[in-house]
Amino acid sequence: MDATALDVAHLLAGGMVLISFLLLYQDRMFALLNVFALHAIVLAASVAWQAHIQNAPHLYVPAAIALILKGIIIPVALHRVVIRLGIHRTIETVGGIGPTMLLGMGLVALSMVVMLRAAATADPLAREDLAFALSVLLLGLLMMVTRRNAVSQIVGFMSLENGLILAATGAKGMPLVVEISVAFSVLVAFIVIGVFLFRIRERFDSVDVQALDVYRGEQR
Amino acid sequence: MPVAIVLASVAALLATAVLAVAIQGRRSASRLIYLICLGACVIGLAAASYQLVHGTPTAPELHLPIGLPWIGAHFRMDALGALFLCIINLGGAAASLFAVGYGQHETLSGRVLPFYPAFLAGMNVVLLAADAFSFLVAWEFMSLSSWALVMAHHQDPENRRAGYVYIIMASFGTLALLLAFGLLAGPDGNYAFATMRGAPHVQWLPSLVLILVLLGAGSKAGLAPLHVWLPLAHPAAPSHVSALMSGVMTKVAVYGFIRIVFDLMGSPVWWWSTIVLGIGAVTAALGVLSAVMQRDLKRLLAFSTIENIGIVFIGLGLALAFKANGMHFASALAFTAALLHALNHSFFKSLLFFGAGSVLSATGERDIEKLGALIQTMPQTAFLFLGGCMAISALPPLNGFVSEWLIFQAILVSPDLPQWGLKLMVPAVGALLALSAALSGACFVRAFGIAFLGRPRSPAAKAAVETDVFSRAAMGTLLALCVLAGILPGLVIDSMAPVALGMVGQSMPAQTGIPWLSIVPVAESRSSYNGLLVFVFITISTLVAIEVIHRFASRAVRRGPAWDCGFPDPSPATQYTADSFAQPIRRVFGPAAFAARERVDMPPPGDARPARLSVALRDLAWDAIYAPVGDVIIILSEKLNHLQFLTIRKYLSLVFVVLVALLLTLSLWN
Repeated sequence: MDATALDVAHLLAGGMVLISFLLLYQDRMFALLNVFALHAIVLAASVAWQAHIQNAPHLYVPAAIALILKGIIIPVALHRVVIRLGIHRTIETVGGIGPTMLLGMGLVALSMVVMLRAAATADPLAREDLAFALSVLLLGLLMMVTRRNAVSQIVGFMSLENGLILAATGAKGMPLVVEISVAFSVLVAFIVIGVFLFRIRERFDSVDVQALDVYRGEQR
Repeated sequence: MPVAIVLASVAALLATAVLAVAIQGRRSASRLIYLICLGACVIGLAAASYQLVHGTPTAPELHLPIGLPWIGAHFRMDALGALFLCIINLGGAAASLFAVGYGQHETLSGRVLPFYPAFLAGMNVVLLAADAFSFLVAWEFMSLSSWALVMAHHQDPENRRAGYVYIIMASFGTLALLLAFGLLAGPDGNYAFATMRGAPHVQWLPSLVLILVLLGAGSKAGLAPLHVWLPLAHPAAPSHVSALMSGVMTKVAVYGFIRIVFDLMGSPVWWWSTIVLGIGAVTAALGVLSAVMQRDLKRLLAFSTIENIGIVFIGLGLALAFKANGMHFASALAFTAALLHALNHSFFKSLLFFGAGSVLSATGERDIEKLGALIQTMPQTAFLFLGGCMAISALPPLNGFVSEWLIFQAILVSPDLPQWGLKLMVPAVGALLALSAALSGACFVRAFGIAFLGRPRSPAAKAAVETDVFSRAAMGTLLALCVLAGILPGLVIDSMAPVALGMVGQSMPAQTGIPWLSIVPVAESRSSYNGLLVFVFITISTLVAIEVIHRFASRAVRRGPAWDCGFPDPSPATQYTADSFAQPIRRVFGPAAFAARERVDMPPPGDARPARLSVALRDLAWDAIYAPVGDVIIILSEKLNHLQFLTIRKYLSLVFVVLVALLLTLSLWN
C-alpha cells in the first residue's frame, strides 16, 4: 500500500511537470488552453490522491476547486475570451523551442538538487512532492517570461499557481484555510487580469504586451 | 528599588510629553512643563546617586513584558548605569531649570515642549536597558526626539540642512550598533546583556564589533571623522537643548561605547587601544582647532565638545591598553579619569551653552564679532560664563584640571606597557592632548574676551539686559558644582570606584582618607594634587595682592590722555577681532588641518577701493569622505533609476533570474 501510494503520488506530480513542458511549447491558443485544462485536472487528481493517502478529507475541497475552477471554468472562459478577441487563429512566435526546453530541464534539475537536499530529513513523500512543485512553479515563471501574448502569460501564471497548490497540499498539516485561499486567489487574479485584457485590447487593438511598451514611448 | 523609581520618572516624562501637546499654546504651559521635567530629573538623580553610593555589585534586574514577545524588556541599574544616570539627570535638571526662564523667549514652544521630555526619557531608558532590543529602541527614540528638537526652527534653511545631515548620521550610527549587537548575540539570538556577557566568540568577531561600535557610538559622540553633523545640529536646537545634546547626549554615546567594549565584549586585545587612542587624539586636536576658528558662539562650543569627547576617548583607549596587559591598577586610573572628564564636561559645557543661550536671547546674536562689552550689561552672566571658560580650559582649582591631570598621570604610566607600538604611540597622543589643552585655553580666552570684553560691536550688544533669575540659578548651580568637583576631587573619584571595579576589575585607591583632601593617583612619590590647597592659595594671594595694592598704591588722582591702544579711530570696528585673535593659530595649523587659503587683494596706489583679506577654510573630512560617498550614491541612484521604467516582461525576467540565482547559490552552498 505504502509503496503504491508513493508511486501514484509520484506519477501524478511528475505528470504535472511533464504537462508544464507541454505548455512551454504550445504556440496555438486553443491547444494551449486544452493543455492547461489537462494540467489542472492532473493537479486535482494529485490533490485528491494526497487527501486519500493522508486521510485528510478536507483536502478534497481544494481538489474540487481545482477541478471545477481551473479544469473547466477558466479554460472555457479563456476560450471565449480568445474568440472574442479574435486571436484564435494567430500563431504565437514562441521563439527558440529548443533553448527554452533545455532551460526548463535545467530548472527541473535545479529544483531537484535544492529540494532533495534542503528537505533531506523530511518524509520522502512530501520531499519529492515539494521538488516537483518547485519545478512546476519555475516552469510557469519561465513561461511567463518567454511569452508575449497576454493570454499565454495568464496561462503561465495559472500553472505557477498550480505548482503552489501542489506544494501546499503535499505538506502534511497545512491548515485548510491556506489551501482554500490559494485556490481562490487564482479566481481573483483571473477576473482582474481578464478585465485588464479587454481594457488593453480596447485601447491598443492588440493583447501583445509590447504594445504597452510602445505606448510608453519606449522601444523594446 | 532605584530602577523602578527611574522608570517611574521616565513614565512621568512621557506623560509630560503628551500633556505638552494637550496644553500647548497656554501662557504658562512652558513653565509648567519645564518644572515637571525638573522634578522628574531630580527624582531620577536621587535614585541613581543612591544606587551609586549604596548599591550592591549585583544589581537586580527588572523584567517587563513589553517589546519583543520572546525577549521582553530587561532593565537594570549597575554602577556604570547609575553614574551615567547621575550625569544625565543632573544635566537634565539644570537644563530644565534654565529653560523655566529661557523657555519664555521661545516663539515656537509648541515645537519644543512635547519633544523635550521625550528626549530626556529616551536618554534615561538607554542607560537602564539590559537587553539589546530595548537599548536600540531607546537609542533611536533619543535620536529621533533630538532630531525633532533640532528641526524646531525649520524655517531656517541652515537648520534644515543640519537636521538632514543629523538624521542620516544618526540612522547610520544605529545601524552600526544594530550590527554590533547582532554579532554579539550570535546565531541563537541572546539579546539580553546578561547572556551576551559570558558568550564565547570567534577570534575575529570582537574586533569587528569594536569597529562597529566606534562607528555607531562614535558617530553619536562626535569622533572624527564622524563628527560633521555635530557642529551643525547642536547649535541649531534651542540653547537648553543644545546644552543637553552637547553636555549629556554625547555622554550617552560614551556610555554605549563603555557598555559594549568594556562590559559585553570580554577581555580586550592590545591593538584595539591603538585605534581608540589614535581616533581620540585626532578628534581632540581637530575639534579644538576648529573651535578656535569659529565665529558662531554655539558652534564654537559644539566643536569644543568634539575636543572633550576626544579627551574622554584617549582616557578610554589608555584604559583598554592597560586592561589588555593586565595592568588593572593603571587601567582603573585611566578609566576613572575618562569618567571624571565626562562628568566634568557635562557640568561646564551645559554651563557654557546656557551662557550662550542667555547672550542669544539678550542680543539676538550668536556671532561673537557682533558682541562685546557684555560684562557691562550682563555682569552676572559674564562672571558665570568666565567660570565655565576657566573650568573647560583646565585651570586649577576647577574641575577640568583634575580630570585632564589624571589622564596625563595615566599617560606617564605608559612606559611600563610591554608593546613597543603603544610605548611609542602614547607619548605622541600625550603631546596632542597637551596641544589641545593649550589651544582650548586660547579658544576660550578668545570666546570670552571678544564676546564679553572690549566695546560693543553692534547696537544689539549695547542694548543687552541681564538674563532672568532661573537661568542665572541654573548656571550658578553648575559653576558651584565645577568648583566643588575641583576642590574636592577625592569624593568624586571614590564614588566612581564601583564603576571602575565592575568594568576593569580594579578601582583607584580610596582618596578620601588622604590628609588635607589631596588626591594621589599612583603613589605619593610620583605625584599628588590638592585642589583645596590651590584654591586657598589663589584666594589668599589674590586677597593679599588686592590689600597690598590698595594700601600701598598712591591714591592721588592723575589725569592724562587715555591710551588709544594704537587705534586713533574711535569706532568699535577697529577693536581687536575674533578673527585677528585666531590668525596666528590659523597661520600655523590652517594649511594642514583645513587647507586654509588666505588671499590679500591690495589695490594699487591711487585706487580708492578698500583692500580685502579673505580666508577660506575647508572641512577636509567632508571633502575626503562625505562628498565622494554622496557622489557615489547619486551616481548609483541615477543608474538604478532605469529600473523604474522597465517593461513588464523585463520585470518578470528580473524576478525569474534572481530566483534562479538564489536557488543556484543555495544548491552550491553546501
